[in-house]
Amino acid sequence: MTKKYWNYTWKIFTILLLVYVIMGGLLFDVPALPVIHQTIRNIYFHVGMWFSMIFILFLGFLFSLMYLRSFDLKYDRMAFATVKTGLVFGILGIITGMIWAQNTWGTWWLNDPKLNGAAVGILVYLAYLILRASLDDPEKRARLAAVYKIFAFVIMFVFIMILPRISGPSIHPGVDGNPALATGDLAPVMRKVFFPAILGWILFSYWIYTIVERTDKISEKINYLNSEN
Amino acid sequence: MPELIIPMVFKEIVNLMHKEFLLEWRQKHALGGIVLYLVSTIFICYLSFAGIMTVATWNALFWIIIAFATLNLVLKSFNDETSGRKLYLYTLVSPSAIIFSKILINAIVMMVLGILGFLLFNLFMGNIAGTNVSYWLVLLIGVVGFASLLTMISAIASQAKNNFTLMAILGFPLLLPLLLVLIRASLAAIQGAGILDIVGDLLVILLLVMISLTLSSILFPYLWKE
Repeated sequence: MTKKYWNYTWKIFTILLLVYVIMGGLLFDVPALPVIHQTIRNIYFHVGMWFSMIFILFLGFLFSLMYLRSFDLKYDRMAFATVKTGLVFGILGIITGMIWAQNTWGTWWLNDPKLNGAAVGILVYLAYLILRASLDDPEKRARLAAVYKIFAFVIMFVFIMILPRISGPSIHPGVDGNPALATGDLAPVMRKVFFPAILGWILFSYWIYTIVERTDKISEKINYLNSEN
Repeated sequence: MPELIIPMVFKEIVNLMHKEFLLEWRQKHALGGIVLYLVSTIFICYLSFAGIMTVATWNALFWIIIAFATLNLVLKSFNDETSGRKLYLYTLVSPSAIIFSKILINAIVMMVLGILGFLLFNLFMGNIAGTNVSYWLVLLIGVVGFASLLTMISAIASQAKNNFTLMAILGFPLLLPLLLVLIRASLAAIQGAGILDIVGDLLVILLLVMISLTLSSILFPYLWKE
């Protein structure tokens, strides 16, 4: 009973949070800064997308580890669903970033360590999808996909750590290292939308992930029933 | 009894490397193919880039050619294992010994190919880094890095259809950190940096090699057993 209750409470909470974030994000006062002006509101949406993506993909990394420990195909399905969800949030993050860049830097893309890191991360996960698509046997596909995902995740993590070192300073806002957690720079008036925004988008991404995972589970079941007849 | 197990793994690695070496030697045409690939690519670049070559282009181009050559070499390291031989090896040695021996043999062959490619590159594209000690050091450590990263990717890709494409799309994004550090360090070497100036970059490369070796030895057993 309590579990069922909790099952929709957090979703209602997420909706309320995001309604607040969208309204507050578009309407509340923001500090007037040169060049950036109103585009600063993008921080509530763009940064939220990256937090969600990293959260979901880290979850996927854990699922892949769990798959290799248990060889239970359930974890493979979960890992696959995290990649599909994470990629959508990553692509939204790139799109929101590009629109912002066009309005402030005057270009859609430029050679910057943070932008390149994001692009390479997305390439790795697209490659993961291709790897899965080229294997037919479910057990083998799950095994290879999990091995590649763990290998790639660790290498990418190191890459992002050493990237600022090899590419020099970044034009992207935020401190070196983590672009989002530069809360010291954030005006107090913006914090009351920014922190709910992060939490809201992360919860929302987890919600989307559960839907993707359940859809996959159902279509697996349908395929299984079809193959029996 | 770890004191007993560790020398055993070394012995296994040495024996496996001997086997790999014999196999390479018996299939000299395959190795010759990669050498020819290297020569043709360098020659095509020589003709295409004539007159528009700067030092930075020279350097970046060289590393991209080496990356593709490594891809081609490493691609076949798991393809010619028949399933019967796989089973036989599986009963005999530990999976870590297999992946380490493959990485080592690929690294050694790549060192030879890298030196050959470098000499040819200097011959055709102009002698820019001919006797530069720092450059040679970066070259030798760099090809070891390529080999260690890509061997594991090859182990994954060899089990799927569409090998070469898959190998490239799985490998290149992961190769990028290594490639960027290498291009940076080698360009510094050309511009006159001593070994002490690029030691930081060399350590980053060694770190990447260590990480990919560790991950390979942890993850390869899962690929090996079917």
